[in-house]
Amino acid sequence: MKIEINNLHFTYPGEIIALSGINLSIESGEKVAIVGQNGSGKTTLVKHFNGLLLPTNGTIRIGDWDTKDHSVAELASRVGYVFQNPDEQLFNSDVKSELGFGPRNLGYDDDRTEELVEDAIELTGLDNYRDTNPYDLSPTWRKMVALGSIIALDSPIVVFDEPTTGQDAQSVEVIARIADELHSRGKTLITISHDIDFCAENFERIIAMSEGEILLDGSVLEVIAQEESLATTFVDPPQLTRLGKELGFDQTVNDQASFLGAYRLSHEQN
Amino acid sequence: MALVELSSVTYTYPTTDKPALKDINLKVEQGEFLAIVGSNEAGKSTLCYTISGFIPHFFHGDLVGEVQVAGLNLEESKLNEWVLNVGLVFQNPFNQISGSKFTVFEEIAFGLENLGVKRSEMIERVERAMELTGISDLADRSPYSLSGGQQQKVALTSILVMEPQVFVLDEPTSQLDPIGAREVFEVIKEMSRAGITVIMAEHKIEWVAEFADRVIAMHDGQIIIEGSPQEVLTSPLLPEHGIGTSRYTQAAKQARTEGLFSETTPLPVTLDQAVAGFSGGNHED
Repeated sequence: MKIEINNLHFTYPGEIIALSGINLSIESGEKVAIVGQNGSGKTTLVKHFNGLLLPTNGTIRIGDWDTKDHSVAELASRVGYVFQNPDEQLFNSDVKSELGFGPRNLGYDDDRTEELVEDAIELTGLDNYRDTNPYDLSPTWRKMVALGSIIALDSPIVVFDEPTTGQDAQSVEVIARIADELHSRGKTLITISHDIDFCAENFERIIAMSEGEILLDGSVLEVIAQEESLATTFVDPPQLTRLGKELGFDQTVNDQASFLGAYRLSHEQN
Repeated sequence: MALVELSSVTYTYPTTDKPALKDINLKVEQGEFLAIVGSNEAGKSTLCYTISGFIPHFFHGDLVGEVQVAGLNLEESKLNEWVLNVGLVFQNPFNQISGSKFTVFEEIAFGLENLGVKRSEMIERVERAMELTGISDLADRSPYSLSGGQQQKVALTSILVMEPQVFVLDEPTSQLDPIGAREVFEVIKEMSRAGITVIMAEHKIEWVAEFADRVIAMHDGQIIIEGSPQEVLTSPLLPEHGIGTSRYTQAAKQARTEGLFSETTPLPVTLDQAVAGFSGGNHED
């Protein structure tokens, strides 16, 4: 399902301009990371995808729907949004009810709801916690519950707002695996992240935002090579990309495999 | 005597049987910058809560052993005395912001107000703290209109303004963009140079290597290794316990298995070390 944004402007009360003139389209099945400094408009932008915010000017279409003609509840069938802070999202008294809330609200019958909940439990590894109150879980697991409750919506578009914040190496791997799985099911995945290494290793397209506008938009390798431009929105290229550059590699590298490939090559040449 | 000292500390949260901290012994000297690394649920936050007095004064449960800061004993002190010495910045800024103030300026002044600090001194201290963390331009905004990263800086500033002797931070930069995070690390390092003791839980390994004087790694409520950043952060114990390591360390380890990284060069943690280590490998041929 395509996302099509035309000349989107958004101003918060108090005349705080958050987005000024965003034009963007994201095709079905893309894996897109949005990066940029704090306050650059990343979260404001994605909150337009599911109608949590409506444009001050301009339009945003999710498939054939203009978001201003549809309620947040309706849009949830098309766009699942995992909040940055799980505590803003969770309110049921046990994990299973939390995961079942979305699908039930979308009008799925008990069997289908059960199926979606079980799938979300399996993907997030929440099997041991199905009857636990989300607030008795650690922040890591609460994040998984928040993720699971959106996976259970089975929406064609899934947005993760800062999925790796405060997560350890193993949880980041789990999140990357979930993203892969959803991608292989044909879903469009969009993440907001300050973790450029995670973005470069797991996404295909990067959009860099700055002061409410799109600064860069391209493939991972295209964008992470733009060190000077990224610096203007307070983003450093990934660690191994910087190392490769310092070592004088000819090509841009984005992960360990490409780094070691280029290093072997330079080693053989010397 | 160390400024912060934990002796045989074991702590169990209420309603659980499994201790979150097991027999922790730790000394931190005045002015030292100590980083705590570990996987989720290793006990990092619990250790932060204990040193800052939230355990046992806010989270009850069962605390065994002794915690001392600046010669005071934790269990014999009241929380309102304890917080004069030790300030805690929570991992989640939403938990820190009082919710009772309309502007960022008032939010940051809140702690000083409660201490009855003189108005003129209060204004001066708040302005200075906001300048240090680079949020002066947010003074009149509502704390709730801010982005996650901006809120995190407000939370940090609201503790910094209290000028505690010991500054405990639980992943203080988790929501910040890299440059904002670097600014915060630099402010914290500056404080540590000025003699304030810093204890920080953090996942960003490369930055721990750059800023901390000493590192402890935790797993399952225990300290599994303690030492210099280089020693701890390249230890095989970290990956064995699911603790992340720097991408430079990982790449160098892999390169070493292929004979592409010298066995005698220490594994790199930071970019500078990696550049030196990987260039060295090249020049040996």
